[in-house]
Amino acid sequence: MDISNYIYLSAILFVIGAIGVVVRRNAIVVFMCVELMLNAANLAFVTFSRINGDLGGQIASFFTMVVAACEVVVGLAIIVTMYRSRRSASVDDASLLQR
Amino acid sequence: MTTRTDLVYLIALPLFSSAFLLLLGRIADKWGHFFATAISASTFGIGLYEFFAMRSRSGDFRAATQRIFEWISVGTFKVDASLLLDQLSICFVLLITGVGTLIHIYSIAYMSHDRDRRRFFAYLNLFIAAMLLLVLGDSYLNLYVGWEGVGLASYLLIGFWNERPAYATAAKKAFVANRVGDVGLSLAIMIAFTQFGSVTFSGVKDAALHASSAALTALGAMLLLAAAGKSAQFPLQSWLGDAMAGPTPVSALIHAATMVTAGVYLITRSNFIFDASSTARLLVVIVGAITLLFGAIVGTAKDDIKKALAASTMSQIGYMILATGLGPVGYAFAIMHLLTHGFFKASMFLGAGSVMHGMNDEVNMRRYGGLGKVMPITAVTFGLGYLAIIGVPPFAGFYSKDKIIETAFNAGGARGILLGGAALLGAAITAFYMTRVVVLTFTGQKRWADGTHPHESPSLMLIPIILLSVGSVASGFLLNKGNALVHWLAPVVDASGAEGGAELFKPIVVSALALGVVVLGVLTAVLKYRGTVPVEAPAGSPLTRFARRDLGQDDFNHRVLVLPGRAITKSLVGMDFHFVDGIVRAVGWTLSYLSLSLKKVQNGYVRSYALLMTIGAIALLATIWLVTL
Repeated sequence: MDISNYIYLSAILFVIGAIGVVVRRNAIVVFMCVELMLNAANLAFVTFSRINGDLGGQIASFFTMVVAACEVVVGLAIIVTMYRSRRSASVDDASLLQR
Repeated sequence: MTTRTDLVYLIALPLFSSAFLLLLGRIADKWGHFFATAISASTFGIGLYEFFAMRSRSGDFRAATQRIFEWISVGTFKVDASLLLDQLSICFVLLITGVGTLIHIYSIAYMSHDRDRRRFFAYLNLFIAAMLLLVLGDSYLNLYVGWEGVGLASYLLIGFWNERPAYATAAKKAFVANRVGDVGLSLAIMIAFTQFGSVTFSGVKDAALHASSAALTALGAMLLLAAAGKSAQFPLQSWLGDAMAGPTPVSALIHAATMVTAGVYLITRSNFIFDASSTARLLVVIVGAITLLFGAIVGTAKDDIKKALAASTMSQIGYMILATGLGPVGYAFAIMHLLTHGFFKASMFLGAGSVMHGMNDEVNMRRYGGLGKVMPITAVTFGLGYLAIIGVPPFAGFYSKDKIIETAFNAGGARGILLGGAALLGAAITAFYMTRVVVLTFTGQKRWADGTHPHESPSLMLIPIILLSVGSVASGFLLNKGNALVHWLAPVVDASGAEGGAELFKPIVVSALALGVVVLGVLTAVLKYRGTVPVEAPAGSPLTRFARRDLGQDDFNHRVLVLPGRAITKSLVGMDFHFVDGIVRAVGWTLSYLSLSLKKVQNGYVRSYALLMTIGAIALLATIWLVTL
């Protein structure tokens, strides 16, 4: 199997994630789409690592996972707080910055 | 030359007294006027002492100098603040402090009802200090400080009653007209510095020996402009009439006896420049001749006694300026007329003040009449001043004015005839308008406004007038005796080669001519104003109306200077508004429209931000891809 198919898969996953972030309103789903984009990037890292025979990409993907874990903690906390305060997890309801 | 260390007290005393009285405030109200008068009197005492000390020294050691401190030191350019007391300065010192002290005494009574009398005396002392600095400075730069100082004092005193807008305006007018002359003086200083590398009188004098005639003429013309501003000479004469808004003692001291003669002092002090440039001399005599006729004609039409006297001052200073332009021989006569004029004009102004004091501050001479009986002392002293100014022998004006007329005739050729004729005509008109003043004020029927009870002034006012009128009787004779003043001033004005110039007429003929025209002028005025005088001024001929409007000097200034100036200002303001401000406003508007349209992007929806970020990232990648392709 051609190894570049992994790159295509990674690109498709990233686009799906990006579209999800833009079109979905539910904060949880947006959050999951962000995770999807991160993992698409991880897949690309790992693939390039394989292509180049270099472990740098593998290590980078571990870093990404660590950051993603932290992000999950903070992000979920924000979403829960938001839901508690306004009984909704829609990102469109959190538009106070415009005023 | 004698070096001294104590000349500075002459200036410092009145200067500190002025600051003292101003800073002390109302606490000094009770005794401030006595204090200021005592200070002024003590400067007069110092002046007298200096005069006799100077007389006792032999010729070369008469002039005294004092270096106070190093003022400016830039590269090779050095100016010391230093004083020079020589034969010319001492004349002025005595005039300023002597007449000044008498006027201080007069003002104690004259201003007794004014709540700001202390401030008035502080300003008077400031004036004395500045005027002394003016005549004692040993360089044009030192003189300039005093020059500006007297301008300031004059401004403050003209506008002393500044609660009346007209008076405040008069003060501003005097100040602005003086500024024009001051620009002339500062330009003269710059010319002296760039051309001669020095601004001291002695330095410029040495350099003037081998200077280009163009530089000398330019310097002379600028000095003349300065003199014209300060001495109310044509074409900067318009401020003097309005300056009569100040209290009468101020008119007597500053606008008759001392400050307005500063121009004559400046030209006499710069004699080496005018001696070397015949063009500058020609300008001086033209200005002098025009002004002496101008002032005299204006004087014939004024009903306000102070304005009539002011016009007369202008005319008499015209005589002095004319004399200074006649070459080395004229300087001493100019100074002689200046000194005698200081006496008789101050005495007449104080007399006018005394009349106003008794007439509820009425200044319109058509409302006077018959005051000779109720104010005998004022009338007699005024009469003595009158005889002096019209030049009746043996009163002071006869000696000084005849000398000027005679010298003018001797200027040679057509110029001599023209100048002499102008001076003679001026003498006739002087006789006419001064007789008019005396006849309207002191003789004839009473035309007093209802409720006026004229009375003789208190003796505190009369004593200075009497002393000044003694001066206006005797000063001419004393100064002329054995050519005393001419010999005294000879070292300063360098009149050694002055005897040249053929006599057009014998002196006795000139005197006879002058007396003849004076009698003519007096008779005309007596015949014209002997009968009943209407209280309301008649319309008069166009010429009279023109003279009443100061021969159109204000109209001229308004049309030629004020209106174009206003137009320029308006167009500049317009340009500023439309062009300079326009650019700034255009920038502001553009940014504000841009931000209004960009504002829509900031809608607060996270998803739209995310979309924008995505689009941005894609655009960035596309650009990189395109560039590296």
